[in-house]
Amino acid sequence: MDTISNMSDLGVASSRVSGITENSSVIKPSRRQFLKTSTAAAGVLALGISAPIATRRAMADTAAGESSLIDIWLTIDKNDQVTVAIANSEMGQGVYTSMAMLVAEELEVDWNSVHAAAAPAAPAYKNLMFGMQATGGSTSIRWAYDPLRAVGAGAREMLIQAAADQWGVPAIECKAANATVTHAASNRSLRYGELVDVASKMSPPTDVKLKTPEQWSILGTSAKRLDTPLKVNGTAEFGIDVQVPDMHIATVMACPTFGGKLKSVDEAPALAVKGVKKVLKLDDAVIVVADAYWPAKKGLAALSPEWDRGANAGRNNESYRAELLAAIENEAPVAHDQGDTVAALTAASEVVEALYEVPHLAHATMEPMNATALITEDGAEVWAPTQGPGIIQRVAAGVLQIAPEQVKVNTTFLGGGFGRRFEMDFIVQTLLAAKMMGGPVKLIWSREEDMKHDFYRPASVSAFKAVLNDEGYPTAWHNRIACPSIMSRVFPNSVKDGIDGQSVEAANELPYAIEHQRVEYKITETGVPVGFWRAVGNSQNAWFVQSFVDELAAKAGIDPYAYQMKLLEGHPRHQAVLKAAVEASAWSERSASKPLGLAVQKSFGSYCAMVVELEPDVKSRLKIRHISAAIDCGIALNPDTVVAQIESSIVYGLTAAYYGEIDIEDGAVKQSNFPNYPMLKLEQMPAIDVAIVNSGEAVGGIGEPGLPPLAPALTNAVFFATGDRVRRLPLVKAGYSV
Amino acid sequence: MSYELNINGETLSVDVDADTPLLWAVRDNLKLTGTKFGCGVASCGACTMHIDGQAVRTCVLPVSAVVGKEIKTIESLSDDNSHPIQQAWIEEEVPQCGYCQSGMIMAATALLNNKANPTEKDIDSAMTNICRCGTYSRVRKGIHRAVELMAAK
Repeated sequence: MDTISNMSDLGVASSRVSGITENSSVIKPSRRQFLKTSTAAAGVLALGISAPIATRRAMADTAAGESSLIDIWLTIDKNDQVTVAIANSEMGQGVYTSMAMLVAEELEVDWNSVHAAAAPAAPAYKNLMFGMQATGGSTSIRWAYDPLRAVGAGAREMLIQAAADQWGVPAIECKAANATVTHAASNRSLRYGELVDVASKMSPPTDVKLKTPEQWSILGTSAKRLDTPLKVNGTAEFGIDVQVPDMHIATVMACPTFGGKLKSVDEAPALAVKGVKKVLKLDDAVIVVADAYWPAKKGLAALSPEWDRGANAGRNNESYRAELLAAIENEAPVAHDQGDTVAALTAASEVVEALYEVPHLAHATMEPMNATALITEDGAEVWAPTQGPGIIQRVAAGVLQIAPEQVKVNTTFLGGGFGRRFEMDFIVQTLLAAKMMGGPVKLIWSREEDMKHDFYRPASVSAFKAVLNDEGYPTAWHNRIACPSIMSRVFPNSVKDGIDGQSVEAANELPYAIEHQRVEYKITETGVPVGFWRAVGNSQNAWFVQSFVDELAAKAGIDPYAYQMKLLEGHPRHQAVLKAAVEASAWSERSASKPLGLAVQKSFGSYCAMVVELEPDVKSRLKIRHISAAIDCGIALNPDTVVAQIESSIVYGLTAAYYGEIDIEDGAVKQSNFPNYPMLKLEQMPAIDVAIVNSGEAVGGIGEPGLPPLAPALTNAVFFATGDRVRRLPLVKAGYSV
Repeated sequence: MSYELNINGETLSVDVDADTPLLWAVRDNLKLTGTKFGCGVASCGACTMHIDGQAVRTCVLPVSAVVGKEIKTIESLSDDNSHPIQQAWIEEEVPQCGYCQSGMIMAATALLNNKANPTEKDIDSAMTNICRCGTYSRVRKGIHRAVELMAAK
């Protein structure tokens, strides 16, 4: 079953577009007046979304059966084939499947008949939570939940109306099911494929009625993933697999120090390698272009570039750590303030204090960074495993001095994303190489380049002070954080009064009933480029906060579960997941022979709690016996995907907690490849149970919420087992063998 | 230099330097892109193929060393996803991003070819490939399911 195709394989070619302008403001989707038919090839019902999304209609070239695909979300052809355009990037999280499920549910078709196709880059495919076509922040299903169901429902209503008109009966007497419209009273039925010609000439409904969850037959089920069949036989096309006629293959080395420049390079040793075509000099990097990857790599290895190592050349672990620790010595911009925390701390007879630290982390996606580009007189075409096809259009337009709509973007499957593929560095290098070569170039980074030139999870320090009342519960909470700011680079306008919201997420919106709270944050640049890493600020702040709460419980001599439940009063969703995780664990038998720890965190609109149980002999080897996770993502649209994403987040978080640390030496990253930046292996995989708490609330994200509670639940268990409070990650550097 | 390689039952010729790793000869010269590049130092297993029936990491294995040997890539398993390991992977929904899965599948297939009913420990020691999506527990389940499917054949 080949269920994935590219939109260009639908038999209708993409055509020119004009006059599209980007509107980057976030618009809340409405269920009214936003469906439209697109002029498609004859006999195909093609439905898109228009106003209130601020796009103008694409200019469609209807000659010779061609149409614009630029705003189509759904096509149904005469053979009943249903194809859903997927605007978001598939990086393992299952969006090809879940987004198609949203359409298929309302459309009333059999899941096995549904195909998915990568949407091109176009304003119509904007992620409405971002205001641009990009995947991240666990937003895909949150933004698409209403619009895509409305697309399916709109098409269904049109097909019903087309049948009713043909039969001369009221539409209300007709029913759609299994890609067929039926009029029971007269025992007549027509397949969707027989109705698309008529339906495609109709105006789409201005209002559609969506099914209630009780009426669902696809949503809420573990529908089989559409991409799995392609991923068990090598046919799934990742960026690294792209083949363009006459393309060259290139590889790159950037200045090892961040911010350094290329001074000079003798090209001759590379050009002497058989198959090498050219050495390209960028401002801060050398690219070797060849017939194939191996000669390109050999050519690059033969070079001895001279670098201007730049302002960061003297930096190292100790220097950035000293800067972070110095930053939290002083009062910093206030991210959250309630009550009078400073007065409460001053008046207290005892203040509980703790200082936590986490290092920079690399993403280490399995597929190293790569992209392919071709630049012609008409514009540019890019093939890329990217989380930001819409961003590529704008960035390429800037680099090449052309209009964004002259940039065609083909989003391939992504061999992991985790935030790394939101970045444009490798795209820009590829565009420059393709421009210099005057022909198509596929640029592939080595693993070493990938590890040494990431945008790292920021190193962060977090200092806490708390005052406890006579019962042992906090009445004052003071938290000061210092770390580099991602948003200052990526979206500087979002940083207000010194506060990058992502640097303090999970720290500044505590669900706890604490009278006096103050959270401060100091942007502290370390000279290391930082970027979005799975769960972003939640990844470190949840560890800090959930560890410190565990410290307070220990100080109070109260069971952490009872302590959390009391502090979480008034937050029933937090309480419900914590209760579910604890009840699925051996918490009631918690003892030296069963050491357990717990944590709970809301992130990306979902609530997740975890209980980690360790093998008792933690000192000789830290080994996890079992993890109980509970997740409330509102509605679990595909429960198996929900479970898979929790498993995935646990492994990602566990790898970081065990091993993760990027060391800076002389302004450059010391780690180079998996042997010195190790990954969790199958042998270490803990047993995991995932309880899904279906609250029925608004749909939440699922790609990231499973990560934040893992590390604190783990180190809280370590504390229970050993009395050792881990305040600096990773665990291997704290003396633990994993 | 030109090398004649026995790949997936066919004799194919590649014109590359002697030190070219089999992975790149297969990907760039023969355009069989199912096998992936992950690390280049035989650490992650994304490039796993079968050489004379054994799972081998091919990103550091020179073409000159595999002449005359039987080489199999992910593309050799079946034309229609009918191989028990593929069936098991689909049933258990093993892949997420999928990038490591060609290597995982080739490592698992070699394991099962050598041992029809592996123990948990056998799986632990044979399956050392890296997966960043964390599909490990499903890889284990997939292997157990493939054992059942193979036994039922």
